[in-house]
Amino acid sequence: MTIRHKVLIVDDEPHIRRLIQAALNRADYLTIEAESARQAMDRLQHERPEVVLLDLGLPDRDGLELVPLVKQHADTTLIVISARDATEEKVAALDLGADDYLTKPFDTDELLARVRVALRNRMTRGGGVPAVTVGDLSINLLERKIVKAGKEVHLTPKEYAVLAQLAKFPGRVITHEQIMANVWPRDAERHVEYLRVLVRNLRQKLETDPQRPQVISNDVGIGYRLRIPEDTLG
Amino acid sequence: MSERSIEPGRPSPEAFLRAAAQEGRGRLKIFLGAAPGVGKTWEMLTEGRQRGDTGVDVVVGVVESHGRRETEALIEGHEVIDRRQVAHAGHSLGEMDLDAILARAPQLALVDELAHTNAPGSRHPKRYQDVEELLTAGIDVYSTLNIQHVESLNDVVASFTRIRVRETVPDSILEQAEIEVVDIPPDELIERLKEGKVYIPHEATRALGHFFSKTNLTALRELALRRAAQAVDAQMLEHVRANALAGSFAVGERILVAASEHPHAAGLVRAGKRMADALKAPWTAVHIETQRDRHFTDAERRQLADTLALASRLGASTASIPATGVVEGLRSFAHDARATQIVIGKSSRSWWFEARHGSVVDRLVRSVGDVAVHVLPAEATVLVDAAVRSLPSGHWGPPRNYLWSALMVAAMTLLGRLLVEAIDLGNIALLYLVPVMFAAATFGLRAGLFAGLMASLAYNFFFLPPTGTLTVSNPENVISILVLLGVAVVTSQFAARVRAQAELAGSSARQNAALASFSRQLTASATKDELMQAICAEVARLLDVQAVLLLPSEAGPDLRAAYPPEDRLEQIEIAAAQWAIDNEQPAGRGSSTLTASDWLFHPLQASSASGRGVLAVLGIAREDTRDPIRSDQLPLLMSLLDQASVAFDRMALEEENLKAQAVGERDRLRAALLSSVSHDLRTPLTTILSAAQELRKHPSPELVETIDSEAKRLNRFVANLLDMARVEAGALPMRAEATDLFDAVAGAVHDTRVSLLAHMVEVDIVPDIPLVRLDPVLFHHCLINLLDNAGRYADPGTPIVIRCRRGADALLLSVIDQGPGIPPGQEKRVFETFTRLEGSDRVRHGTGLGLAIVKGFAEAMGLAVEASNNDEPHGACFTIRIPEALIIANIDSKNVL
Repeated sequence: MTIRHKVLIVDDEPHIRRLIQAALNRADYLTIEAESARQAMDRLQHERPEVVLLDLGLPDRDGLELVPLVKQHADTTLIVISARDATEEKVAALDLGADDYLTKPFDTDELLARVRVALRNRMTRGGGVPAVTVGDLSINLLERKIVKAGKEVHLTPKEYAVLAQLAKFPGRVITHEQIMANVWPRDAERHVEYLRVLVRNLRQKLETDPQRPQVISNDVGIGYRLRIPEDTLG
Repeated sequence: MSERSIEPGRPSPEAFLRAAAQEGRGRLKIFLGAAPGVGKTWEMLTEGRQRGDTGVDVVVGVVESHGRRETEALIEGHEVIDRRQVAHAGHSLGEMDLDAILARAPQLALVDELAHTNAPGSRHPKRYQDVEELLTAGIDVYSTLNIQHVESLNDVVASFTRIRVRETVPDSILEQAEIEVVDIPPDELIERLKEGKVYIPHEATRALGHFFSKTNLTALRELALRRAAQAVDAQMLEHVRANALAGSFAVGERILVAASEHPHAAGLVRAGKRMADALKAPWTAVHIETQRDRHFTDAERRQLADTLALASRLGASTASIPATGVVEGLRSFAHDARATQIVIGKSSRSWWFEARHGSVVDRLVRSVGDVAVHVLPAEATVLVDAAVRSLPSGHWGPPRNYLWSALMVAAMTLLGRLLVEAIDLGNIALLYLVPVMFAAATFGLRAGLFAGLMASLAYNFFFLPPTGTLTVSNPENVISILVLLGVAVVTSQFAARVRAQAELAGSSARQNAALASFSRQLTASATKDELMQAICAEVARLLDVQAVLLLPSEAGPDLRAAYPPEDRLEQIEIAAAQWAIDNEQPAGRGSSTLTASDWLFHPLQASSASGRGVLAVLGIAREDTRDPIRSDQLPLLMSLLDQASVAFDRMALEEENLKAQAVGERDRLRAALLSSVSHDLRTPLTTILSAAQELRKHPSPELVETIDSEAKRLNRFVANLLDMARVEAGALPMRAEATDLFDAVAGAVHDTRVSLLAHMVEVDIVPDIPLVRLDPVLFHHCLINLLDNAGRYADPGTPIVIRCRRGADALLLSVIDQGPGIPPGQEKRVFETFTRLEGSDRVRHGTGLGLAIVKGFAEAMGLAVEASNNDEPHGACFTIRIPEALIIANIDSKNVL
């Protein structure tokens, strides 16, 4: 890589910072650190990192408050780090503008995958990616054409809207709320059950084995993401 | 003032009882003044200080200094109990803190302004009632009072000052008190008033200007001195009575009004009041309870209560005294109350009743000796509807009885005519005994006499020579007539007595039956709540009242059961219930405390041995806010309370036993938790520590692998512990939303892929499975734990099947493995915390929590879980039942196109 991307690690736990730093450095990223919200905002303005890893449990400020501040003050990709049971906290962070999340405890492979996804989405920001390929499925957003195993798949307008939203940022989680706001703009018709049925129909059309979905994955209680090879490490 | 003599003789038992009641009670001293400004408070404080100097423990309960420096200086030397702030109508009023004084328990409390009315919401409406409670608690009280606040003098004072004082203190309070008159000459008082030394509320200045005229003050002063003298008289008399001293003592007038259920009794009460005013005498309205009371109609009862209430409003003390007869009752009460005058209404009974029994008035006049009896005509003659009144036994009875009697006599006459040739006349007379005895025994005295009369007439007419005429020619015939009538009287008396006994037996049998059914109901209650509800329902049914049950708690009485259902009580009722708990005595309507409450509260007391005190309070009331309980129902109520207390005691004992068992169970779980935690946390930690040590010397991928897997195991265990803590705390946040079982299963399979590497996971869900309403996160944890469990117990290499089917009334999601399965009989136990089945123990790396979490989470969402064994191939099968109610049917497909 010619350009080394800069990542800001915000965590009050020095061991965690050191480990994340080691992993990122090994993958050829530049790292800077902050141990408090105040320090994080300071670094953000002076160093202009491309990616921020933000632990939501900070000593001086509620991490959730920091999410919109980070997005306002800098053109950066924000990944929040949160505990396992804090589903609502993650959804709130995503709806406030965070780009993705990591669940503690995580391993470094998962961390690096998330950072890579974030950086790629960043580069194709704006219109998103024009085309995505997952296994034998190819999605062309410019031509609005979906091909599965060489055969074109016909989607209803709403099905296409959901798939397009996921495919614009492959690998990144899109919350239920974000999808519903896009597909059913009027509040009155917004029901999770419609979304569930719609995704089930989509899977029937796109998945090789709908019982074991490989294309659209479900983040329990949070949202859906288009699973791309890079992020199916396991 | 009139004089009357007390009969010499033995001390009256009542006097002894009163003396005994005084023992252990505090003594009350009242500083009585003719008007504000005479220096009562100053006098009280001065004397309080003197007592304090001699070592008596004195506190100031409440004293109004009204900003007077000399008073404040006197207060300074005393310990002052802080006032209780009561919010009322936007103001904060400082009231005497009764509880604080009771808790402080001084020897002597100084309480100013005895006639003060407490702020609404206080325990007692009047301060003198607070003082009563202090006295009962054995605390001596000094208090102050102006003469116009004395109840019996209230009207007198109002009559010449033209100022009506609303705050009055009953005479009975003064009677038990030592009275010191604080007296200054009227001129001096007027002088003090001019100098501004008398505190008068600003708004009352003009009204009081008139009050402080010399004539008024002189009259008031005289009243005060006389009242004090009267009190001394009464106390002296009490002393005399207790010591049975013979002699004659002067006492003031006391008027007794005989209140009855008649509407005109209100007129009597008013007349009594006028007389009392005229004589400046205290007066009492008394009702004598006799057998007759049992036959009162509701209207009559209400009338009586109204009459007594009126008397009470007019300043009389009231009493209701049980006695064998009106005359006896009035006489003994007049004697005890030292009455000098009795006011009674003219009898409304028929002339023949009075002729037979003697008029009440006549007998009263004869029996009360030197008490003046005033007989007043009935003012109002609103007659109680005679038809409503239930017929007391001994009255005329229906005409049918007489017809039957006549017929029987006629039948005997016929029989006699047939036999007259065969037997002699004397024996024929015997035949007539049959209808007479029968009528007297069956229909009562009157019908018996009627039959006797008919029989003697018939005997005379048809049989006695000369037959066909009603003449008595020889004494034998007279005797037979007298015998017939005598038999009628004697037989009817016997029969009446037998009937009365049968009635009594019947009523006590009814009462016993009621108690037996009550007892049965209580025994049948399995839980405390059921018991409380049963008590309420039964009491309500048996006494025809509304009933509530409250349990004592830190935050005040807690309403726990009610019949008919009731979910809250007024403040005043809560206060009454609390008082009943604290004092272990009844409170509320119909008792002597907090009578403003519509409810009457009786404490249920534990047997003294158990030392549990008041277990609960039973409240009863009537819809129409009449007195909740009639006096004739009291014995039944007392028995019910007894039984309820016993049942409660039993329940409390059982509860204690259960609690002890629960504690045992908890201890067992805690021990299991400790052993599990120490094992499951330490084992991976030990492995990680030693692997890290080893790694330092010889880098090795295997060691890294060990650390990795052990850390993951630790992670899973900690996660499970946290989940279990949430289940046990009962605080699972529920966010049920439409969930696709495909999604849920796919997510769980994805998250457990690492631990299930040794197995093939087959997903078998019917394609048209409907959406269900679940908390996706909790459900996810359920599935993960079931899959984890299957992965641990299934034989390596065998497939794990997730199957979802529609059942009869539920969706069934099963996780099926092939392996040893569940030991028979253990299907339910597997879901218990820390159950690890034999032979599976530690090698399986289980935490013993997984299945308990599945059960806890599932039940929180309204799901059920069960475990069973499959035969072909052998293995365990865990099934989650998702009930019909959680299934989302019929989704409008156009919304998803």
